[in-house]
Amino acid sequence: MYRKTEIIKEPTVNDSGDMIINIGPQHPATHGVLHLVITLNGETIKKVEPHLGYIHRSIEKMCESLSYRQFIYVTSRMDYLSSHINNHGCALCVEKGMQIEVPARAQVIRVLMDELTRIASHTLWWGAMAMDVGALTPFFLAFREREMINDIMEETCGARLTMNYMVPGGIMVDLHPTFQRKVKEFIVHFKSKIDEYDDLVTDNIIFKNRTVNVGVISKEDAISYGLTGPPARASGVSCDIRKIYPYEVYRTLQFEEIIETAGDSFARYLVRMKEMRQSLSIIEQLIDNIPEGDFQAKTKAVLKLPKGEFYSRVETARGEFGVYIVSEGGTTPYRIKFRSPGFSTLSALDHMARGSKIGDLVAIMGTLDFVIPDIDR
Amino acid sequence: MSFLGKYISNVFGAIRSLWKGMKLTGYYFTHHKEIITQQYPDNKDTLLLPERFRGEVVMPHDENNEHACTGCTACELACPNGTIKIITKFDIAPDGRKKKAIDTFVYHLELCTMCNLCIEACPTDAIKMAQTFEHSVFDRNELTKKLNKPGSRIREGIE
Repeated sequence: MYRKTEIIKEPTVNDSGDMIINIGPQHPATHGVLHLVITLNGETIKKVEPHLGYIHRSIEKMCESLSYRQFIYVTSRMDYLSSHINNHGCALCVEKGMQIEVPARAQVIRVLMDELTRIASHTLWWGAMAMDVGALTPFFLAFREREMINDIMEETCGARLTMNYMVPGGIMVDLHPTFQRKVKEFIVHFKSKIDEYDDLVTDNIIFKNRTVNVGVISKEDAISYGLTGPPARASGVSCDIRKIYPYEVYRTLQFEEIIETAGDSFARYLVRMKEMRQSLSIIEQLIDNIPEGDFQAKTKAVLKLPKGEFYSRVETARGEFGVYIVSEGGTTPYRIKFRSPGFSTLSALDHMARGSKIGDLVAIMGTLDFVIPDIDR
Repeated sequence: MSFLGKYISNVFGAIRSLWKGMKLTGYYFTHHKEIITQQYPDNKDTLLLPERFRGEVVMPHDENNEHACTGCTACELACPNGTIKIITKFDIAPDGRKKKAIDTFVYHLELCTMCNLCIEACPTDAIKMAQTFEHSVFDRNELTKKLNKPGSRIREGIE
């Protein structure tokens, strides 16, 4: 159905007295170029209509012209805060098609990197979320911890944000000799600092007033909107891919799937805070038990997937990330589809924000943790 | 009565939570050593980037102005963005044989995403990533680089 999507130039009032305003495309609270057209009655939100496409780069189409080694780097540009995990999902899908056995060392390193990325992503989210609701200091404190992870990544992978470290068959280069020492230092540092996070924001009465009972979504609605990751787990849906469809070495690890039942913004906040501690415990289990051996399986120079359809999924910091490859037997995919967690989360924004105040919209968007390039691709 | 008690405990809980947060803020206000801000252009001389940092592709030459590139175009094929273009020529070896060699190794820095795939693909380790990161120039043409130095030859013994 044709939908009118022109940008409204100035606030307009319709026949029933509702005001229609734009938030975005350039607005600090949207964390990117997201354009929301909001229908307001006074200060109460009646409707939120997201308009997409401002950062659409047609990554799926680009991948069709790239070989199976080359397309992985593009996926770092989708959810740039969990680029390792995106690359991981793509590498898993290609390995599934080629039936490559990944060496044990590569599997452990992959999981270690995934969990470090998850902590980095969640700390950035914590700072940005606190900044959205009006606290500026947490942003700087969060970046201090994130910088340590970025340094570790820079030393081992060579880049800070778009690493392209996972390749089909393993990882690109072996760990840096200082990796284990630096990660252990980080664990000690972060354990004391995450308690500071709780002191500063979690217990704060102003923060609680802004988030408790704001943007509630029930378990049934969370399932029907297709939410995954922390927003769904805050509503009581058990959907951690690491638990229900374990990949790599997650089967052997001891960790909990964090589930809250309130479904409001504060529950989503708590889920992410507890996930950081879980990720930390996963890293602690693995850091001393990295097996020796090859870091990359022997693969052919030119990868050719057999004819067929392949799907693999991983749990990113935002939810389920799925890669679907249709192969015709050539060196490039015939069709590739990415199931990104942000898109379905955004679809539920209207449901969550209806009836709340316009100031609450920012708090809701903060806890949903949007990364706009992930939504638009 | 229970309502009043709850109300008062709420008020004191609120004050305690604010005090806890402000105590932490005050701690960082008085402890300057915890600040990790680096003053970037001032610390340029002491700023060390890790050896694996991917800044731009360079081709190392030794003291005899010799490199290790055979012109096999493996990096050109591995590059997802068309960043590298190798123009080859035929050298006449002293014994009269024709030998394939590179004429120009064109590198488009403006197209490069530093994905490291060309370095991985290179069979002779002729190219590597440099630790530079300040790539801004005034003219766009300066970003198209020629990586082999003028008059350079392939090192002996590399096929």
